[in-house]
Amino acid sequence: MSFKKHWQLYLIVIPPVLFFLIFKYYPMLNAVLAFKDYNVIKGIWGSPWVGFKNFQLFFDNPMFWTLAKNTILVSGYLLLAGFPIPILLALMLNEISNGRFKRLVQLVTFAPYFISTVVMVSIIMLFLAPRLGFANVALNYFGFDSVNFLGEASMFRSIYVWSDIWQTAGYSAVIYLAALSGIDPTLYEAAKVDGASRFQKIVHVDLPGILPTITIILILNVGSVMAIGFEKIYLLQNQLNIVNSEIIATYVYKIGLLNANYSFATAVGLFNSLINLVLLFTVNGLAKRITKSSIW
Amino acid sequence: MASAKIAMQTPKRQTIKDSMGDRIFMIVIYTILTLVLIAVVYPLIYILSSSISSPSAVTSGRVWLWPVDISFKGFKVLFDTPQIMQGYGNSLFYTVAGTMISVVLTVMIAYPMSRKSFFGRTVIMMLITFTMLFSGGLIPTYMVVKEFGMIDSRWALLIPNAVWVWQVIIARSFFQNSIPDELFEASEIDGCSDIRFMQSVVLPLSKPILAVLFLMYGVGQWNAYFDALIYLKSSNLFPLQLVLRSIIIMNNSASVTDALKQVERQQLSELLKYSLIVVATLPVLIMYPFVQRYFVQGMLVGSVKG
Repeated sequence: MSFKKHWQLYLIVIPPVLFFLIFKYYPMLNAVLAFKDYNVIKGIWGSPWVGFKNFQLFFDNPMFWTLAKNTILVSGYLLLAGFPIPILLALMLNEISNGRFKRLVQLVTFAPYFISTVVMVSIIMLFLAPRLGFANVALNYFGFDSVNFLGEASMFRSIYVWSDIWQTAGYSAVIYLAALSGIDPTLYEAAKVDGASRFQKIVHVDLPGILPTITIILILNVGSVMAIGFEKIYLLQNQLNIVNSEIIATYVYKIGLLNANYSFATAVGLFNSLINLVLLFTVNGLAKRITKSSIW
Repeated sequence: MASAKIAMQTPKRQTIKDSMGDRIFMIVIYTILTLVLIAVVYPLIYILSSSISSPSAVTSGRVWLWPVDISFKGFKVLFDTPQIMQGYGNSLFYTVAGTMISVVLTVMIAYPMSRKSFFGRTVIMMLITFTMLFSGGLIPTYMVVKEFGMIDSRWALLIPNAVWVWQVIIARSFFQNSIPDELFEASEIDGCSDIRFMQSVVLPLSKPILAVLFLMYGVGQWNAYFDALIYLKSSNLFPLQLVLRSIIIMNNSASVTDALKQVERQQLSELLKYSLIVVATLPVLIMYPFVQRYFVQGMLVGSVKG
């Protein structure tokens, strides 16, 4: 296609491309802050280079291990518990022949996805409030003592993970349902003729049928392990659960924007992004070798 | 005709029917799904019921499922609080303006990228997709927004996150799969310009994907709070989600209920939280049953072809 004839198309692309250059690529350039000692007056490029000093500071920081541990534990927990549940939900829904019940379950489980993070955290706080919260009113009703759920550091991960599953399982199941509906019906007939039970049919037809989809979603999930729901964790944090709830991303926000320690926070953020990228490439490579499906 | 049908079905039913095990298996599945249904819907009903119960019923834990002593006191206070109404107005503005900007920019990049003859489209697509995997990070992005003078202005919520890569991918594969090349060739022969072709052929044929874009971006804007948290300082610019955060999560409702008596004040501030949640979520949830299929469609288009 000649530029002359289709100049309009090339013109149209300019604003969105500028958007990506300015708000996505320019910040990547700005990430050199991590290797500098930022000085407001001299600006990003005028500030002196300090090599890996900021990274060294982070690794030597006693917070380092706590942050790394918390980040990995929360997202590992979410991956282990949250990854299989949408698959199970889709497999179960797929067995249901009653269209109305199936639609109702889908409609209802999909809905919480549209609740905002702030509202979600508000709901969690209202339900788990120490005195008036529903969970404690119910506990007291059955003769148990009240629990300060959000004040117990040990409960933080479970609260985060299970509320997340409550909110997103129905949404995530849609992809698997689509994959299930794409399975060749003759396979089911063959299984039935061979006398397979419903459970055997799931294991031998359904699961192998959606394995490529499962692999791709798994890769994407592992690839975002370090980018775990920062907004929700930040809102759920309080002085009592902070030992388990401070993750790398919340730390970057506090050190960087609240304490204006730009260079150090950029180094921490960059470290986080790099780990993420490495994880993504590793898992993708493994998946390519083992199951022959990968995202690129 | 009818008898033939029965005759065809009968032998099938005789040879293979549900075994005892299968029937138990189905009972288990129905039971689990019913429990899931209850677990998801119960908190939603509980919040809705609490929001329209009397303040004392909420604080004394008398609400279990349905509203107790129906009253709309919480909503009344909400609508009398300028801070909240201003947040609502701001959110409406951000949602309408932000969604328009986002959809326009997304179509502007997605459509040209769908044209196979567009020179350099692989490179541009790679550049765009890469931003999904790697980013400069919070602080470097903040510095850019600052450099453009958007800190503490409405632009900060409309521009820096305007285009989502995922939506570009979805829109591009839609254009690629459902705008036939023949249409383009025909219009080219007629001497139709590219912009004219987009306006009068592509967009009218793309209503489903436009609906998906509008909905996804709209819900995203309505629910967003983090950009407002980092970029805004003046409270008169705050979107509803940020107002919500200060009232519910940081328990900062003093200014809202100043005028009320002590006991009543405490009861009311509890009730107020439920009403706020309902008011902030209702616009999206009311739309939801009508637009659900578009969302599902959007997710699927995106997942089929990346």
